[in-house]
Amino acid sequence: MAQGMRSKALKSGAIWGFIVLELIFFSVAGEFLSLSDKEFMDAENMLLLLKQSAPIGIIAMGMTIVMVNGNIDLSVGATFAIAAIVLLDSMTWPIFAGLGDWVIPVAWLLALAVGTALGALNGLIVWKTGIDAFIVTLGAMLAYRGIVFMFNGEQPTSHLNWTLVDIAEAKFLGLATASWFLLIVTFAVWFLMAKTVHGRNAYAIGDNREAAVNAGIRVGPHMMINFAIIGFLAALSAVVFYSESGSVNPNDGMLYELWVITAVVLGGTKIIGGAGSVIGTFGGVIAIQLLRKGLGHIGADTSTVNLVIGLILVAVLILDRQLNMRGKEELKV
Amino acid sequence: MATMSKQQIGSILAKQGILVAFVVFMIAFTIANPKFLTAENVLSVVRSSAILGVMALGVTFVVISGNLDLSVGSMMSFSTIVVLDLHDKIGPALAIPVMFAMTLSLGALIGFLVGYLKLNSLIVTLGMLSAIHGLTLTYSGGKNMDIADKEGTWFGVFGQGTALGLPVPIQIFVVVAALLGLVLAKTSFGRKVYAVGGNGTAATFSGIRRARTVFFCYIISAACVATAGLIQASRSLGSQNTVGQGLELEVLAAVILGGASLLGGSGTILKTVIGVLILGFIKNGLLLMGLQFYVQYVVTSVIIILAVWLDIAAKRGRLWSQIA
Amino acid sequence: MTDVKPVLRLEDIVKTFPGVRALDGVSFTVMPGEVHALMGENGAGKSTLMKVLGGIHQPDSGAIYVGNTAVVMAGPLEAKAKGIMFIHQELSLARELSVAENIYLGQLPVKGFGRVDWARLAQQTNAILKKLNVGFDAGTRLGDLSIANQQMVEIARALTVDAKAVIFDEPTASLTDAEKVVLFDVIADLKADGVGIIYISHRMEEIFQITDRITVLRDGQYQGTVDTASSTEESVTQMMIGRTLDLSRNASHHELGDVALEVRGLSCGKLYQDVSFQVRRGEVVGFYGLVGAGRTEIAETLFGLRGPSAGQILLDGAEVRLHSPADAIARGISLVPEDRKGQGLVLGMNCRDNMTLPQIDTLKSGPFVAEGAEIAIFDKYRAQLDIRTPGWRQQVGHLSGGNQQKIVIGKWLSMHPKVLIVDEPTRGIDVGSKSEIHKLLRELAAQGYAVMVISSEMPEVLHVSDRIVAMYSGRIMRTFTSDEVTEDNLIQAISGIKSGQAA
Repeated sequence: MAQGMRSKALKSGAIWGFIVLELIFFSVAGEFLSLSDKEFMDAENMLLLLKQSAPIGIIAMGMTIVMVNGNIDLSVGATFAIAAIVLLDSMTWPIFAGLGDWVIPVAWLLALAVGTALGALNGLIVWKTGIDAFIVTLGAMLAYRGIVFMFNGEQPTSHLNWTLVDIAEAKFLGLATASWFLLIVTFAVWFLMAKTVHGRNAYAIGDNREAAVNAGIRVGPHMMINFAIIGFLAALSAVVFYSESGSVNPNDGMLYELWVITAVVLGGTKIIGGAGSVIGTFGGVIAIQLLRKGLGHIGADTSTVNLVIGLILVAVLILDRQLNMRGKEELKV
Repeated sequence: MATMSKQQIGSILAKQGILVAFVVFMIAFTIANPKFLTAENVLSVVRSSAILGVMALGVTFVVISGNLDLSVGSMMSFSTIVVLDLHDKIGPALAIPVMFAMTLSLGALIGFLVGYLKLNSLIVTLGMLSAIHGLTLTYSGGKNMDIADKEGTWFGVFGQGTALGLPVPIQIFVVVAALLGLVLAKTSFGRKVYAVGGNGTAATFSGIRRARTVFFCYIISAACVATAGLIQASRSLGSQNTVGQGLELEVLAAVILGGASLLGGSGTILKTVIGVLILGFIKNGLLLMGLQFYVQYVVTSVIIILAVWLDIAAKRGRLWSQIA
Repeated sequence: MTDVKPVLRLEDIVKTFPGVRALDGVSFTVMPGEVHALMGENGAGKSTLMKVLGGIHQPDSGAIYVGNTAVVMAGPLEAKAKGIMFIHQELSLARELSVAENIYLGQLPVKGFGRVDWARLAQQTNAILKKLNVGFDAGTRLGDLSIANQQMVEIARALTVDAKAVIFDEPTASLTDAEKVVLFDVIADLKADGVGIIYISHRMEEIFQITDRITVLRDGQYQGTVDTASSTEESVTQMMIGRTLDLSRNASHHELGDVALEVRGLSCGKLYQDVSFQVRRGEVVGFYGLVGAGRTEIAETLFGLRGPSAGQILLDGAEVRLHSPADAIARGISLVPEDRKGQGLVLGMNCRDNMTLPQIDTLKSGPFVAEGAEIAIFDKYRAQLDIRTPGWRQQVGHLSGGNQQKIVIGKWLSMHPKVLIVDEPTRGIDVGSKSEIHKLLRELAAQGYAVMVISSEMPEVLHVSDRIVAMYSGRIMRTFTSDEVTEDNLIQAISGIKSGQAA
């Protein structure tokens, strides 16, 4: 049991240890390799990092819920893009013409509603048909992306609302709007997963679905709610990001699911469900963003980022396996 | 009795569902556009499906063994870029075997991680998707790769050639499908793949070396990817770094559409070929109807969901799930 | 008793599944303060009846009464709401959650904003745990508990509500004697509170120790209800199996051959220590002990699935090292595993493919599998073992337990092994096939196989073995010849009492 405790402590602490290592490495390596004179660990840089983590981070919180639940959602990138289009395009709709800047909350609500509905649709299909979430959301990923393209072909959809940009670029207590959203979402999802009955049931279902059914937990609606939540968060991520940028390409959000899942797994969530922590995911998100920024800081290009992140993901799995090994007396199957 | 016959219809639909869907689609498209079912069009569909198809053949082995391979897309980009680069450096005759060796070593790495270290294949191949993409970009320096003398090389034969009236890519697809079909259905290795995917523990308890079996599934997958990369490179004689991006999911869609279960233990090469052709014909049919490629995304995904749904509904004997 | 209303009454329950009449007019009544045993062989319909009661299956006809009201059990939640609590045999728990969360799964106490009321949860849980006298508290992570303690958590669940009836399904399978005493105290308390208890177990001594009445099912049919006090083990067994099973002693009459397998000082961490024994050709050696005594783990080591931490394995006098089942099979050791469906068979594959799986590499014609040779093998063992199946194309998942087990045995016989290890040969198999398999094991010994039989059923071990190795807590306590062994000294040995120490 002592060994179990040790490996548990190692696992939950690992992501933060990794972040510290990254910080040290990039600060030191930056001294020799960086093109700019700026310190890597400078406060401004770290605040920027938090802001840049927001789009992936907000979705990753939703993915944590869904993966703890024993499911997965591959459609978040496409949902993100659809929500972005709804956000930007709805502000130009004639019926909202008389609203002035009040169109902003309306557009936000519309985008969030669409994201929530798309997520709920995934959940409904998983619930009612019993098809594995992997296949359902793989299909949804293709279908939702198709809808994105149907909207405006291969052209970008753009609309700049300066009030909106002001809101997005505003800072409160030194933190950017996006950073605030990331922190609030992290807190809210942490609260949900650690403190509420719904969250605890999510763990129970992911851990032992039959036990949850026997205990009278309604697994189907429960999972559907979680898919709706991740859809909502994908849309929220789009709302946060595109309020500032004002232009969405039909390919935006592609491969987001991979980044998000990578962050969640790095943060210690089990792919088979039942275990994982929101704080760990937050660490995973920061670690990835740090890696991207850090590698940029020492002059490496994006190709290295992809390579390194892929290898780290595999390394984490190997490490996790080594920690769980019990020696040669273990059954070899 | 009424429910009996309904069940029977259901089970027939489910068993042959994918063929039924295929026939219905063919008829619908033919009515909508007479040009659809001409030899010329059919050949063009099969030819354009060859690259996806060859990759799907390899992934079929991986899926039957109870695993996933999400790295085939970026691995295909890698093969394509490498063979194009080496073409000018060491000549096509050497470039091809070297490219195969490099791609196979990537497959061996994944096979080692999933087979021998027993790591989760979804996460491993997700990581490798990213890592191989990075490797490709590093290799090419981020630039597109082109053959210098496009006129003077025989390298184009794999992608553009025709022999005995049939385009070479189709011939490659058919030969690889036949070969792997035999391996899967008729050899002891094939039997072991089914056993490992159907019940890995029972396979181990029967003396089957599970790790080795999974390892070779990834080797086969990598060999198919290298072949697909060769066709791709030969067809265009130049390529971007991202040529295979997203293909992993289309490949998986074709395999699932063919009826292989993601849980492992079921699926055949013939079914995968049908899955590939359905995807190809849908793409083509919608295109002939003047619809854009993205409509195909929506249609395909609806068909995949319906196909899988029918399959599991037949197995549990009812349409709706029993999830509370 | 006449003026007391039953807490629970099942009347004429019929439930059919495609091709099977699982329950055929079964009735069952539980009075308040009564411990009522439900008995029957595996497949007799006990678990189906309980699933009907729990709302997991809907009956085709018949009625369920709680108190005096007829009810429809729409689902597990409904049963719980009506005060009917199940303690499942297969642990129905979530390893990553705390003990408290597991006990109150599906009914966590709530305060504002859907929050879990942790304080109340801990307080309620600890009150229950105190009653059960266990050595862990509400906050412990379930996965950190031993299996026996996890079983206690499962039991604690039943105490969270004012239960009218509690169903115990094989609750003692993994409990020690001390834990059993605690469990029986809990049952006595429930009984005193007027709760009706349904107790499902195969263990006769427990049934006669704690129950008031016994209801027996056989092949989905109600066989009758008797007062425990006026019954005997024989009469109940008679009701369960319908005829008396031939369980006479059966030592070999043929000459034993050389030592085929010898184990010297074999240990495997904490699982078992310093185990030594021999198995001769033509001999059946039975291994008897409680769950967790280390028998299955020894078999797994001999089959190359667990590396030993010390000791030697000798085959025909030569030491061997076994790194994998493939190694073991190549040297002539075969294992019919305990978990037939999980370890023995690929359920989705057909009969032939399952049977030839271990030798698939040697059945070749050119590069391909010689399917003709495979079918020949299948036909041979189908005839020899009397495997009832429409043909080799049949998926093994669709066969009965007995026929499935014969496929697994045939799989190994076709390899002509030196040593055949059979772990729980008749678990989950109907009575008829049971005696066929017993006969088969004797025949195999007569043909010169060295056979190791691991079983938790004493009559079975006594019936098939030439010698019996009694194990307790990872050690061999004593080896009996069939002349020496009696039920008493065998029970003493597997309970950890050394021979001679018994009073």
